[in-house]
Amino acid sequence: MGANLLSMTTFIPAIAAAILALILRGDDEAAQRNAKWLAMAATGLTFVVSLFILIGFDPNNTGFQFVEDREWIMGLNYKMGVDGISILFVMLTTFLMPIVIASCWTVTTRVKEYMIAFLLLETLMLGVFLALDLVLFYLFFEAGLIPMFLIIGIWGGKNRIYASFKFFLYTFLGSVLMLVAMVAMYADAGTTDIPTLMNWTFGTETFSILGVQLIGGMQTLLWLAFFASFAVKMPMWPVHTWLPDAHVQAPTAGSVVLAAILLKMGGYGFLRFSLPMFPVGSAVMADLVLWMSAIAIVYTSLVALVQQDMKKLIAYSSVAHMGFVTMGIFTFNQQGLDGAIFQMLSHGFISGALFLCVGVIYDRMHTREIDAYGGLVNRMPAYALIFMFFTMANVGLPGTSGFVGEFLTLMAAFQVNTWVAAVATTGVIFSAAYALWLYRRVVMGDLIKESLKSITDMTTRERVIFAPLVIMTLLLGIYPSLVTDIIGPSVTALVDQVEAAQSAFALSNVTAAASY
Amino acid sequence: MEQIILFAPLVGAIIGGFGWKMMGETAAQWLTTSLLFLAAILSWVVFLTFDASAHVNGHYTIDILTWIQSGTLDTSWAIRMDRLTATMLIVITSVSALVHLYSFGYMAHDEQFPDTPYKARFFAYLSFFTFAMLMLVTADNLVQMFFGWEGVGVASYLLIGFYYKKPSANAAAIKAFVVNRVGDFGFALGIFGIFFVTGSINFDVIFAEAPALAETTLTFLWRDWNAAEIIAFLLFIGAMGKSAQLMLHTWLPDAMEGPTPVSALIHAATMVTAGVFLVCRMSPIMEFAPSATSFIVFLGATTAFFAATVGLVQNDIKRVIAYSTCSQLGYMFVAAGLGVYSVAMFHLLTHAFFKAMLFLGAGSVIHGMHHEQDMRNYGGLRKKLPYTFWAMMIGTLAITGVGIPLLYLGFPVGFAGFVSKDAIIESAYAAVGGGYAFWMLVIAALFTSFYSWRLIFLTFYGEARGDKHTHEHAHESPKVMLAPLAILAVGAIFAGMVFYKPFFGNAKYVGQFFGVSYAEQVHHGDDHSDDSHGDDHANADDHSDDADADDGHGETHYMFTGEPGQGAIYVASENTTLDDAHSVPVWVKLAPFFAMLLGFITAYVFYIRKPDLPKKLAEQQAPLYNFLLNKWYFDELYNAVFVKPALWLGKFLWKKGDTNVIDGGINGLAMGIIPFLTRMAGRAQSGYVFTYAFAMVIGIAVILTYFTITGGYE
Repeated sequence: MGANLLSMTTFIPAIAAAILALILRGDDEAAQRNAKWLAMAATGLTFVVSLFILIGFDPNNTGFQFVEDREWIMGLNYKMGVDGISILFVMLTTFLMPIVIASCWTVTTRVKEYMIAFLLLETLMLGVFLALDLVLFYLFFEAGLIPMFLIIGIWGGKNRIYASFKFFLYTFLGSVLMLVAMVAMYADAGTTDIPTLMNWTFGTETFSILGVQLIGGMQTLLWLAFFASFAVKMPMWPVHTWLPDAHVQAPTAGSVVLAAILLKMGGYGFLRFSLPMFPVGSAVMADLVLWMSAIAIVYTSLVALVQQDMKKLIAYSSVAHMGFVTMGIFTFNQQGLDGAIFQMLSHGFISGALFLCVGVIYDRMHTREIDAYGGLVNRMPAYALIFMFFTMANVGLPGTSGFVGEFLTLMAAFQVNTWVAAVATTGVIFSAAYALWLYRRVVMGDLIKESLKSITDMTTRERVIFAPLVIMTLLLGIYPSLVTDIIGPSVTALVDQVEAAQSAFALSNVTAAASY
Repeated sequence: MEQIILFAPLVGAIIGGFGWKMMGETAAQWLTTSLLFLAAILSWVVFLTFDASAHVNGHYTIDILTWIQSGTLDTSWAIRMDRLTATMLIVITSVSALVHLYSFGYMAHDEQFPDTPYKARFFAYLSFFTFAMLMLVTADNLVQMFFGWEGVGVASYLLIGFYYKKPSANAAAIKAFVVNRVGDFGFALGIFGIFFVTGSINFDVIFAEAPALAETTLTFLWRDWNAAEIIAFLLFIGAMGKSAQLMLHTWLPDAMEGPTPVSALIHAATMVTAGVFLVCRMSPIMEFAPSATSFIVFLGATTAFFAATVGLVQNDIKRVIAYSTCSQLGYMFVAAGLGVYSVAMFHLLTHAFFKAMLFLGAGSVIHGMHHEQDMRNYGGLRKKLPYTFWAMMIGTLAITGVGIPLLYLGFPVGFAGFVSKDAIIESAYAAVGGGYAFWMLVIAALFTSFYSWRLIFLTFYGEARGDKHTHEHAHESPKVMLAPLAILAVGAIFAGMVFYKPFFGNAKYVGQFFGVSYAEQVHHGDDHSDDSHGDDHANADDHSDDADADDGHGETHYMFTGEPGQGAIYVASENTTLDDAHSVPVWVKLAPFFAMLLGFITAYVFYIRKPDLPKKLAEQQAPLYNFLLNKWYFDELYNAVFVKPALWLGKFLWKKGDTNVIDGGINGLAMGIIPFLTRMAGRAQSGYVFTYAFAMVIGIAVILTYFTITGGYE
């Protein structure tokens, strides 16, 4: 099976979705149960199969592994492969999806369709991380919007239509520019093969566009087009406002996928496209990104401080955490890139868990208003413990995975720009403030509210869902080498490549200046 | 053995905290406590058998596991064992073990939790705290230290907020964590700076690079700085947060919301001294950062003074002791900033004993008085709580610095605080010949004496005040609470005299103790040139063993000749404060004694002879009184300057920034699409979503394919 491992991983969920769609009939309790179990089995199997990728993966080989390359329709290639940058995103996805499925066990509306949506979503997300062809990538990248759009639009809250369209429009509009850029890249390089493009040097001659001198020329232009798409996905300030709305309206499982996996596509995109393909463009725009990141951290943390809706608060905190990611990536050094990848993985576990935490009490009280809670610890000690753990992980407590990414990216930023580092480091103060303030209002205090008097603690199913997340958060916090050993060599190669390209550009500029 | 010391508390915390439902609460309490006693005994073994000269550079390292590895950043979980670590080990584990024991009695009943089990949780938190604190002091790199640093912060947060039903406790817990994070902000930047300049965060490397740091400039924010200075300063901001120094002190008094054993362990003896430990640990960098250390001295002295003034008028027994802690930490920082690190550690050690004792004594009073903490409702408790009274008395004698001045029997004769505090005051005088720090500390000593005796007189003497019923039922605490007091009393009495030489004797004793090489001081025209004076101890020992008799008071002067990174502390050979401190004028040596005496007499007059005097004075000097009572209005100031604006800004950015500007702008852009959008919305609701979705997938594929092909074959 070795040859098709990536395709197998990617399409098992889709096949399961097809089975559900075509074979499973009815909407009675038994059918619902079957749908859930089938989805669970499929995601579980996907995870198991993906483990074989991890086991067979050679970290020291910085090229693509398990490559599949086939002719496809209309002269396009179906090409998949995995390297040190992408492998852990694949693992993150396959690891989290069974948890996501388990978290929708209590859903009763249109269960079959719900499961189909998540299964399709998994396939599409895996495809994004594994595709080695521009068209294929774009297909997965864009199609991934649809199931998410549906999940929010059908199973979401009161304002779901507004939120789903906002989500869709923002991310789609960003992608249109990326599409144009892809066409231009094909025109220039004559191929849509990602590995080839990664080593292709796009033009860097400065030209003027609408009277503005564009340093880095073509590369910067392409970079900007990709940036439009990835920045929205991340999301970066100031195009982040779709995220809180989407989260608030999304069902719990949808929020988990959105925060834990979908947001990582932007960061992955930067690492796969922006840096290796447009290193000069990246260098030209690095300061902008660094500052946008630092502002995002402070801005969204302050906004998080005054939220009254739990999900909104966590959503804003997500934006702040993604700020560390973009900041790390655009420092172009080892710590920054390691930290950014680490932060994305860690955020996958932690934010996923936090949204699940909200889900636990939302299922019971059907409100996300912080003021509707208080004193839960009195009746829900286990919940209080889990929520405390992830709150602390969210504020980047050393020993949890949340620390490593933040620390590395900040450390990297300090080497590049101390102002950015100092501004971003204030995030550690704000995050403590908003996270603990949330925790206090929801969990601490005496239990006075009549409505909460009979609330019950977490069920066994809920505890089981959290267990793997707790383990991963701790494990990566205490022994981060599990991650850095795998991503390290590929990151080093990327850093070297970017550095070489950037210094070559700086050199040619010097020569150009000298020839005057 | 070191691993057992380190992990025993963790094991206790985990098993006790998660397994108490199976083993029962009592078993969990016993388990955590016994493991702590085990750790304490082993710590003493390590401390007493540790011989700095037996190890290269006076320390050894035990690697446990790799931690964060990224490019040149190489972090490990490891234990670095040297004299600083060993000293902290005994402080932490001893006080922690005793506090565990004490808590058996103190936490036996609690009105806050009528039907919720809480004891195992409390003991697990205590043990977890101890583990984090041990990680902090055993770290061999700054990042692991930061782990412990934040870990104790969390434990502190959990324990301050232990009475989670009380809003004030929750507020205090958050305040403690957030204010500490302000300090951590500086600490983190300091670590980044060090890594940027030296390429490492391991102590060995950093220390070796320290002299080079002084020659390096580091661009930080708006200007270039001397690397050593800015790093030392940033690290000190971290220390200010953890050790509650002025400006970042506001969390400590509020932290008294936690149960009293917590105050004794965390907010007196151990965690709050982490900042002092940090400065001592980073001595190789501090020695090259004269401006930063001057600031440390200035701030330490100011804090010592400020906190003492506030302590004068507080009525809550725990708050008085809290401000006293804050003030004593200021003393330690003065010593650390002056470069007499051993003296700072000396006071840290003695203070741990007598301050833990005062807190546990106060806890015993509170316990006996049914959780009444206002001293205005105490009075005349000497008879009801005789053992507690004597314990508090010893603690007070120690903190106010009672001793016999000028008498020297190879060591000064007096209670622990007398020896170590006077050492600091003398050093302060010696370093700059009087000046701000010296006078601030002497005045603070006067105030210390006043508020300490005030506490004793208000609590144990005079008439019983307040609720009669409470007084009638006041009772002495059980033995399990008194025994720890008795043990701490030994420390409070003798620690100063016993540990005088290795911490403050002279450069020779201190050097031997800390593993730093030393040499006889070269006098003018002396034929001793600087040829290889004691690069190791064997060399140094050649220099007269027989001059020991009156070291520091005799003729032979020693100086440190160590290199940065050698031994547990580094003192530049130009830094002779330690030696000079022994030859200060007699009036300087007497000053703190008379300050203490004056404070005692004033307190005696105010609270024994003329008990109505304080009230009159307070009325007469109302503005000053209120200023002190309200703690110089720091909380009000911070609320107005930081908290409220932050919330306002958050609201503003949310409502105006996100909603009006960003959404408004983008929606405006999307105007053309809105009709389309609403049409779609209508359709989505009417159940056509799946058709739409599949149409879209196919549409995208088709469009893309078209683009690609035409683009390619143009």
